[in-house]
Amino acid sequence: MTFPDGTEALRDVSFSVDKKEFVTVVGPSGCGKSTLLKIASGLLERTSGELEVDRDHLGYVFQDSTLLPWRTVTDNVLLLAELHNIPLADRKQLARDAIDLVGLTGFENHYPKSLSGGMKMRVSLARTLTLKPPVFLFDEPFGAVDEITREHLNEETQKLFLREGFAGLFITHSIGEAVFMSTRVLVMSARPGRIVAEFVVPFDYPRKPELRFDPEFSKLSGEVSHALRGGYG
Amino acid sequence: MTLPDLGQASETISPLAGIDASAAQAVDDNVRQAAFRPKSRGRELAETVLPPLVLGSLVIAAWYFISYGVLTEARRFLLRPPHQVLQVGFLDWENFSEILLGLWSSARVATIGLSISIAIGFFLATLMSQAKVVERAVFPFMVALQAIPVLAIVPLISFWWGTGQRSRIVVCVIISLFPIIVNTLFGLQSAERGIHDLFTLHHANRLTRLRKLMFPAALPAIFAGLRISAGLSVIGAIVGDFFFGKGGVGIGQLLRRYANNLQGEELLAAVIMSSLLGVAVFLLFGWIQNRAVGRWHDTTGA
Repeated sequence: MTFPDGTEALRDVSFSVDKKEFVTVVGPSGCGKSTLLKIASGLLERTSGELEVDRDHLGYVFQDSTLLPWRTVTDNVLLLAELHNIPLADRKQLARDAIDLVGLTGFENHYPKSLSGGMKMRVSLARTLTLKPPVFLFDEPFGAVDEITREHLNEETQKLFLREGFAGLFITHSIGEAVFMSTRVLVMSARPGRIVAEFVVPFDYPRKPELRFDPEFSKLSGEVSHALRGGYG
Repeated sequence: MTLPDLGQASETISPLAGIDASAAQAVDDNVRQAAFRPKSRGRELAETVLPPLVLGSLVIAAWYFISYGVLTEARRFLLRPPHQVLQVGFLDWENFSEILLGLWSSARVATIGLSISIAIGFFLATLMSQAKVVERAVFPFMVALQAIPVLAIVPLISFWWGTGQRSRIVVCVIISLFPIIVNTLFGLQSAERGIHDLFTLHHANRLTRLRKLMFPAALPAIFAGLRISAGLSVIGAIVGDFFFGKGGVGIGQLLRRYANNLQGEELLAAVIMSSLLGVAVFLLFGWIQNRAVGRWHDTTGA
């Protein structure tokens, strides 16, 4: 991928994500992780290479919650179903289920301005869930929330992944988050972004929060961190 | 340290701890208000009402002082004392009804002018938001139109449209159009990039994007613009009326006549009523704004 100004953002990035796989890409800021997702989603046209993504009802979770401030939680969750012209009667049920799934029952009529950052991300997740996407792209969605909320959201994302069985591609710069949720972790280097290492995460699902204190978990995180610092570059 | 001290300390801390926990759950206004016991209603009222009341009294006192202390009796017509203005301008029904009728006439002109401005402004701003080339073409001329002092085009307007109601409306439109266009356009362009991307990903067409994203996002800015333009439209109606003699007598005509006839009391009463009309329009649009977007948008102002 090369931008019009000549910046080469990505080079030799090649991988696949199957159903029931959760692949995380970790890399330093500005390494082209987001560019990768934008190409995968079709928001950016690639300048070279091959790409095959099931974009029918694609799920995309943005860095920000990207909620519409004039819509209540329910109406925000309903937005994508609206854009896809799903019949009104089905929409309501979809919204109820999705809101329930992310644990926001009781907040249906709240406006985004009265929600915390973590809750807004949950609404964003629920909105994406309504389309039952076979592919879920996550663009550093939990980067702006605090550590504890992030861990909770990681656990719930895992729960959704196990329940829905989508193919997940998750971008982050947090190693702990990557190792905790993923089946595989890809490490990217910067300028141009290349995949320099790949780790298969062996832990069984569902993963408990305590896993984060497991020596094996720490060891793997250490290896990912080493790769990130250029140990394998 | 003694025990009572500790007791006091924990008492002052506990409500704050309660807020922390509730803020993590959800920001619930009720909880927050319960924790910070607000000042008593009466005191709050006094704090908002008293300062303008005191200043108002001082102004009236200064007014009396100038009328009786500074001006000699021969020159007192320049500034009649407040009670005379009240008696002649407001309490004499013949005079006051004349002022009210003038206000009504000007308010009607302002409303028609504002409506036309809204229609043109929305149309142009929407067009500009859809095609950059239209924005580039139109904007310089809008700025130029805005930069012309109304007084400079009054002769031109009377030359083209005469000195009737129509010319007054034209003045209103010229003076109130710009803020509507600028604010509407700014509002239409204010939606976050990420939300636009979301609409792109889900193949929203132009109309859907405009209807479900850009237009609702623009509402707070649109109302801010409307508030400014409504006030300007009132000014436009009065200024237009001041210069154009034909047609219904508005407040501008009255101001001119009272000044020419040295009717100081009526003149001041008419000025005060014009100001009140402006304030009423400002409050009305603030209220509409609050009704329309107050639930989801933190709108400032009265």
